[in-house]
Amino acid sequence: MMKILVAVKRVVDYAVKIRVKADKSAVETSNVKMSMNPFCEIALEEALRIREAGAASEVVAVSIGPAQCTETLRTALAMGADRAVHVDAGAAPVYPLSVAKILRAIVEEEKPGLLILGKQAIDDDCNQTGQMVAGLLRWPQGTFASKVVLDKEKQVATVEREVDGGLETISIDLPAVITTDLRLNQPRYATLPNIMKAKSKTIKKISPADLKVELRSDIEVVQVTEPPQRKAGAIVSSVDELIHRLKDEARVL
Amino acid sequence: MAGIPLFQHRLFSSGIDTKRNTSFSTLNSDDILYFKDILDHKNVVQDEDRLVAANVDWMRKYKGSSQLLLLPKNSEDVAKILKYCNSRCLAVVPQGGNTGLVGGSVPVYDEVIINLSAMDKIVSLDKVNGILICEAGCILENLNSYVENEGFVMPLDLGAKGSCQIGGNVATNAGGLHFIRYGSLHANILGLEVILADGTTLDMLTTLRKDNTGYDLKHLFIGSEGTLGIITKVALLTPCKPSSRSIAFLACNDYICCQKLLAEAKQSLGEAISAFEFMDYHSVEMVLAYTEGVRNPLPASPYNFYVLIETTTSDELYDRTKLEAFLLHAMEMGLVSDGVIAQDLNQASSFWRIREGIPEGLLKAGAVYKYDLSLPIQVLYAIVEEMRARLGNTAKVVGYGHLGDGNLHLNISTTHYDDKILSEIEPFVYEWTAKVRGSISAEHGLGLMKADKIHYSKSAETVQVMTSIKKLFDPKGIMNPYKLLPHRLFQD
Repeated sequence: MMKILVAVKRVVDYAVKIRVKADKSAVETSNVKMSMNPFCEIALEEALRIREAGAASEVVAVSIGPAQCTETLRTALAMGADRAVHVDAGAAPVYPLSVAKILRAIVEEEKPGLLILGKQAIDDDCNQTGQMVAGLLRWPQGTFASKVVLDKEKQVATVEREVDGGLETISIDLPAVITTDLRLNQPRYATLPNIMKAKSKTIKKISPADLKVELRSDIEVVQVTEPPQRKAGAIVSSVDELIHRLKDEARVL
Repeated sequence: MAGIPLFQHRLFSSGIDTKRNTSFSTLNSDDILYFKDILDHKNVVQDEDRLVAANVDWMRKYKGSSQLLLLPKNSEDVAKILKYCNSRCLAVVPQGGNTGLVGGSVPVYDEVIINLSAMDKIVSLDKVNGILICEAGCILENLNSYVENEGFVMPLDLGAKGSCQIGGNVATNAGGLHFIRYGSLHANILGLEVILADGTTLDMLTTLRKDNTGYDLKHLFIGSEGTLGIITKVALLTPCKPSSRSIAFLACNDYICCQKLLAEAKQSLGEAISAFEFMDYHSVEMVLAYTEGVRNPLPASPYNFYVLIETTTSDELYDRTKLEAFLLHAMEMGLVSDGVIAQDLNQASSFWRIREGIPEGLLKAGAVYKYDLSLPIQVLYAIVEEMRARLGNTAKVVGYGHLGDGNLHLNISTTHYDDKILSEIEPFVYEWTAKVRGSISAEHGLGLMKADKIHYSKSAETVQVMTSIKKLFDPKGIMNPYKLLPHRLFQD
């Protein structure tokens, strides 16, 4: 039976207020709560549901980044992934094309029937990796999935996609790449029994060099700035004043 | 708030039979003119809609008939208002966010409402010692966001944080969710500025940790529920913000397991525990039924009890490892039947939403009789079971609260307020509490609801001394009358 590979990214927690480093080189991440990218949680949940429905035999989570990514992988294992792979890429940022190349290399080794990723990571909002890796692998892709139905016999996935103005349903042959949108599912919590089981699961550590992938930065970040501060609102004392200010100051009337 | 029944039929449901004190004057047009003279006109509110809101408490259980709401902008305004009211013998009720649960923050009759919400300035924050000075009308959540930005946290946190004001918190000695970690406001308040009934300003606004010069009067005002004076400024300790917070939502089969789990947690997690909350099945059921967007973290099967443990430390990995190890051990010991650990902040807040959503769920379910009891931990849940047996299927009895502090919130939910049910609950609940030497008010205060119940928890001699103190600070009795102490003590 087929295997599912899920990519999970460690990002600044969704609920943390983002701060830019003083030198404007990047977002501040030291002493900041980091968690699994919410779209990756959804990707993992979908993989687990497919396995639980009997359409897959194993779910492998992979994360690319610094040593602390193992914490994110621990979460993945506690949620129910069977094993994990950590590609230790050091502290420098890894951009989508490099991530896609690493994932291709792992796919070639693991030979999964499905690669599921979040549609984007909430830190850099690239929304590129899934599409790139599908291109590199020459696999069909179902992006922005809000519903996934697998036909085990025919080896086909039916993916409902959230597109502008509605839903699009496509049918793709396996193996395939799927990227997940927000409404696909509600990820489960890590329960104590599963956290306990996760203790005996393995996280294999490899380097990009092991996969013969050279980390190249095609992008140079010039500057990171905070969005402009919103001006404080004003309380008007009468309807006349409101009309007056809409006319003369805002010039919308 | 949608879904809350109209309040008309719910008012005056707690058997209050106090008569208006005839020695108080009634408001006349000269009084209004005077207040308009000392305050901005817009801060002298006679608008009916605004008065309706200020006359009714959060639970829509108590309703006064005040004709005047004053919004002082600073301590001097408060002093002038009180001096005048005292000279005219006009009774007043100090009001903050009006989130109290015992009818303490709304007028009983026509008392003038002095609302502190326009006094919301932060005076200073000492970033070396973590000492905040602010005006009494600052909203707790705003203060917390402010100090968090500077690396500190407020030493108290409660469900009403988005509306309640620090002055009201101090005046009622509010406890809340982090009491187990940071202790009572008696331990965290360093100084107060208070205006007495006659307009005298008591400047006790020091920021010293140690100060043994005479009687420490500020403590009298902490928990005085506005009966001795109006707190206008507060100096309090803000602990350093812990960089890591871990939260687990657990299921226990019985109350014995909850107790043992608490003992074990104190032993193993010690100083890291920042909350230890428990909820019975019926409380959680209430939240799930009435709160949108809340889901049961342990849906597989129902459990009799749920416990929420929060630990906060300065090291995330250490925090997590320690909590995990403790919980796995507790599970092996059979104390915990199932549980989940929050993997991110969103999950953490969804666990908290369950615990914090209970009061709102109860409010939406219909009428609710609330009791806030301090009890010896061994018998803390027995009262819930006895009450449940006593009321049968006429009411839904739920128990939850701050187990780590021995504080039970006993709530009795019915379709409507009914004197027959009330007579089944009271005085039984008070007598039961007195019998085990508990307190009939752990953190909510006495307010109007329990003013004449104080003797269940305090001796006659103690109440007598309290009465003398009240008369000393407020000889005419204008400060928040009919509350905290039995009114009959002031009638002769």
